[in-house]
Amino acid sequence: MGVLKLHGHPYSGATLRVLSVLHEKGLEFEFVPIDLATGEHKKEHFLSLNPFGQIPAFEDGEIRMFESRAITQYLAHAYADRGTELLFKETKKMAEMSVWAEVEAQKFDPPASKVAFELIFKPMIGGGAADEATVAEQQAALSKVLDVYEARLAGSSYLSGDSFGLADAHHQPLVHYLLGTTAKAAFDSRPYVSRWAADILSRPAWVNALAQQSNAP
Amino acid sequence: MGSVKVYGPPASTAVARVLACLLEKEVEFQLIPVNMAKGSTKPPNTSRSRKPPFVDGNLGSVGRSESIPWVLLLLQQPFGQVPAFQDESITLFGNKGLFGNGLLERASIEQWLEAEAQSFNPPSSVLVFQLAFAPRMRLKQDPAVIEQNEGKLAKVLDVYENRLEESRFLAGDDFTLADLSHLPNAQYITGTDRGHLLTSRKNVNRWWEEISSRPSWKKVVEMQKAPPS
Repeated sequence: MGVLKLHGHPYSGATLRVLSVLHEKGLEFEFVPIDLATGEHKKEHFLSLNPFGQIPAFEDGEIRMFESRAITQYLAHAYADRGTELLFKETKKMAEMSVWAEVEAQKFDPPASKVAFELIFKPMIGGGAADEATVAEQQAALSKVLDVYEARLAGSSYLSGDSFGLADAHHQPLVHYLLGTTAKAAFDSRPYVSRWAADILSRPAWVNALAQQSNAP
Repeated sequence: MGSVKVYGPPASTAVARVLACLLEKEVEFQLIPVNMAKGSTKPPNTSRSRKPPFVDGNLGSVGRSESIPWVLLLLQQPFGQVPAFQDESITLFGNKGLFGNGLLERASIEQWLEAEAQSFNPPSSVLVFQLAFAPRMRLKQDPAVIEQNEGKLAKVLDVYENRLEESRFLAGDDFTLADLSHLPNAQYITGTDRGHLLTSRKNVNRWWEEISSRPSWKKVVEMQKAPPS
């Protein structure tokens, strides 16, 4: 493989998702900051990396990718023998994890990212106050998802299965952000979810991923 | 492999996606209809939503249509091994492998699968609901929502148009899972008066014509049209 490069912003959840897996795998990489404030992600040189004009974008030698969950899957697969094992070798266990990886993307992410946007990012970018109705609606949707998680985690140490896997890693950015808002109550009130959230956020690789924020200009 | 059962009506885009994959891979299966409208007998292991589960005798149940094609991959090519293909069965629609050959191809497929999930699916599934299902269910359509999502989908299809200028299929030169995942929603949309979103874009239209003419997809469309048993 070649030099690994991650183009993104350390506050972006999608960027953090990839950072986490890079650190789990113990891989050396170059972080290329993208200046969202000046719209760098919509300019031609970045569009050649991601035609959708979104961060992150990623390079590994001749391999160029976008979509954080595709990148993390690629890393887990290509570097299976390095660092933390994020996949399962047994077919049945891998099938199980793939379900919960999809659940993260299809069920958890939509309400979770809307809540995080209203409560954290919108004020941060000067977009005005949080829309109360949206927050209430999305927090309700998120609670329904967390009810399912509570049942799952009552019978399984991790969403992925009996060990930490890619499906859990994908949750780290939004769980981290939501625990810093009023949405924390939804996690605290569910003992298994609460324990799992604390667990996945205490991983050294996640701590290292967050440290990228201290390097930000 | 155990006996494969798919629960759900073929009209469901999630079920259609699974059926397309099973037919492409020539995996025998049993389709067990579930009457979603009446909310009748819940198939076993539907712990949460009414999304159709998929049951394989060996694996137990696997609940999400998007992950099922990867299950089929696992059953035939253990995760992590570069498949050794015997190409003796290349036909006009040569299925060298829905899942690519090697890391580079696999990475590209993953990426366009995610693009489908994150960029194409949200606006297109709103349109499918508003334009195809709402009338059938006698629900009022929302013109503002339709317009908004048309706009979003148009922007996404502009990106696809550029991509398909340089590439025959989304992930590369061959039909893969990334293309297949678009079939169900695109099928419904082209059957409405918003079909021009796809057909008016030269490369998108070319790509759509090609992927929708695959025998496996034609079979799914037939199954969707068949009267419920």
